[in-house]
Amino acid sequence: MRLVETGNHIAAWGARLARAEVVSAYPITPQTQVIEEISRFIDEGEMECEYIPVESEHSAMAAMIGAAAMGVRAFSATSSHGLAYMHELLHWAAAIRLPMVMVNVNRALGPGWNIWADHQDTMAARDTGWVQLYCADHQEILDTVIQAYRISEDPRVILPVMVCYDAFIMSHTYMQVEIPEQEEVDRFLPPFRSLWKLDLDHPFTHGSVIYPEDYEEVRFSMFQAMENARQVIVEAAEEYRELVGGYHGGLVETYRLEDADCALVAMGSLASECKVAVEALRRRGHSCGLLRVRSFRPFPAREMREYLSSLRTVMVIDRDVSFGMEGALYTEVKAALYGHGEPSLYGLVTGLGGRDVPYDLIAENMEAALQGKLEPGTRWPTVRLNEHHALIKSSLEEFWKKEGIR
Amino acid sequence: MRLRDLPEEELFLQGSAACQGCPGSAALRVAFKALGRNTVLAVIASCTSVFQSPYPMSALDLPTLNMAFATGGAVASGMTAAADRLVARGKFREKPTILVWAGDGGTYDIGIQALSGAAERNADFIYVCYNNEAYSNTGTQRSGATPYAAWTTNTVKGKEEWRKDVAQIMVAHGIPYVATASLAYPMDMFRKFAKAREIKGTRYIEIQAPCPPGWKFPSAYTVKIARLAVQTGMWLLYEHEGGHTTYTAGTQRIIQGQSKLLPVEEYLRAQGRFAHLFQPERDDKRIAEIQGRIDQLFDTLRFTRKMKEHLMDIELAPPH
Repeated sequence: MRLVETGNHIAAWGARLARAEVVSAYPITPQTQVIEEISRFIDEGEMECEYIPVESEHSAMAAMIGAAAMGVRAFSATSSHGLAYMHELLHWAAAIRLPMVMVNVNRALGPGWNIWADHQDTMAARDTGWVQLYCADHQEILDTVIQAYRISEDPRVILPVMVCYDAFIMSHTYMQVEIPEQEEVDRFLPPFRSLWKLDLDHPFTHGSVIYPEDYEEVRFSMFQAMENARQVIVEAAEEYRELVGGYHGGLVETYRLEDADCALVAMGSLASECKVAVEALRRRGHSCGLLRVRSFRPFPAREMREYLSSLRTVMVIDRDVSFGMEGALYTEVKAALYGHGEPSLYGLVTGLGGRDVPYDLIAENMEAALQGKLEPGTRWPTVRLNEHHALIKSSLEEFWKKEGIR
Repeated sequence: MRLRDLPEEELFLQGSAACQGCPGSAALRVAFKALGRNTVLAVIASCTSVFQSPYPMSALDLPTLNMAFATGGAVASGMTAAADRLVARGKFREKPTILVWAGDGGTYDIGIQALSGAAERNADFIYVCYNNEAYSNTGTQRSGATPYAAWTTNTVKGKEEWRKDVAQIMVAHGIPYVATASLAYPMDMFRKFAKAREIKGTRYIEIQAPCPPGWKFPSAYTVKIARLAVQTGMWLLYEHEGGHTTYTAGTQRIIQGQSKLLPVEEYLRAQGRFAHLFQPERDDKRIAEIQGRIDQLFDTLRFTRKMKEHLMDIELAPPH
């Protein structure tokens, strides 16, 4: 079946085809359509599922943990402040080792209120023990939600998985998507499995007080699970291609890197924009390629070395910033390449809060770097002071003067 | 049924890490006896997170999920929804009872939003608040349940505000069953748990839990203090269902005039957390304030009872 649908409705289709049985979610722009569509599926008898309209995201994640602990496949969707609000329980879900899948529609954090695309929300959840996969088109959203359950429930992993895609640019735009048959998905995704559940026949206590003698082993097991996930993510993508159809890369997607001597590195919809930039650069005679990061956790360090270490120039684009450092992806790419080749590394922090990043801007920056016109390091190429900023600043200066603030 | 007729099986095992005279562990014993083995437990951050014993040991002989502080109503919502799916798929012949065990911090304060949300959805589980009237697990700081004038580590001259009443807040949610219980009346507590087990929807039971180190009394006196709380009117025993409140056990006897309402001073004097009301000199004002509130409350309760009896007489009178 072929549908032309929004990214959000396609994510709902992913949960439906994966046979999620408990969905708990709290509405937040731009995620709302995901849960609206799921509740419609349930009401119209198309999905056998309990929908819990919780009163907050913190409770959404708590309910998911409760459901998964009972041995049932759970799904949720959130965004931005919602993800931040449930942060405590992101740690809980991962450390108590429960499989589950949640969609996060990447959106900026306030203040001021901004509902548009930005990766700051999921970057701030980087170290919670969740696998993070980033999508670049609608078909990938569908396929990745289904694959995410397979990854999450693999006995080598048993960690929760976050499927991320950009606000509005993907959540609310319509694209054509091939919806596979339920039987095809069932062949790929076996019924729910986990390493443990709340079992009446084996009454174990989970998540109680743990002393320093044992705590580190728990964290090490999570570290190992995340290491194993590298292999499992690649396998899931391959098997999905075989049994269902559709392929978007494993940990990374490469684009025209075969003969490249320079490359762009990006995630999400900006990576799609980068493909156009690559074409523009090639028209101007630069052998440029793209490395799109699909899996940010686990981070594809080996792939970074394989594809980037022999290149002359690498430019990393971040839709986020780690204050006091630089773009988070930029840091990670540098860390992965440390001691492996010496490409000149440039970082762009851009597109924050949904600011438009046209392909020619990316191409211009890359071209400037190639011509030696840029200092290696971080740039904010789209920051500018406009007339509103100037007006606000002059009014503030009056206030500062009155209050005696220098 | 008498105390010796309670089921012999202990699902709260020996060798827990609880303090001497711990009210929480005593309440767990009674609750588990009433609910039985077909129960799944969620323990919310509280003393129970600790006294169940550290990994890899456990004094809880039921499948148990320990959860973060603000999650009680929510985690149980997920558990009960999953259990419904497992019943629908034939994995469970009989749906297990989902039991949440939380303290007053996790109920009155940080967890009230999740509890209120779940109650509004009438999610199917029993929520227990064992109320030791302070954050005892972190060393006795004030909570929304700490009574007026009580010492805690951050109300060293006595709490200036009156406690809120979450049981009544739960009544206002219109859930099918709300009850309060006391360790001094274990049969009353057992009966309430057994009744709650048979009801579908959100059920709320609050147990007053006198805490020896937090309230500063000898650990042998937990039950004695619990009884004094009821006898002096500092703790009310009742159950609320179908829009009606029925007072039970010691509270009922006071309202019906079968036993006397004891002066609250007897309760206050027995606990170090109220010592500043008597030393270095007697604080007549605050003691009178507390007694005044209790007297006013019981006047209302006695009057309401008489009015109800009067109305019953009118209803039962033969038509002319």
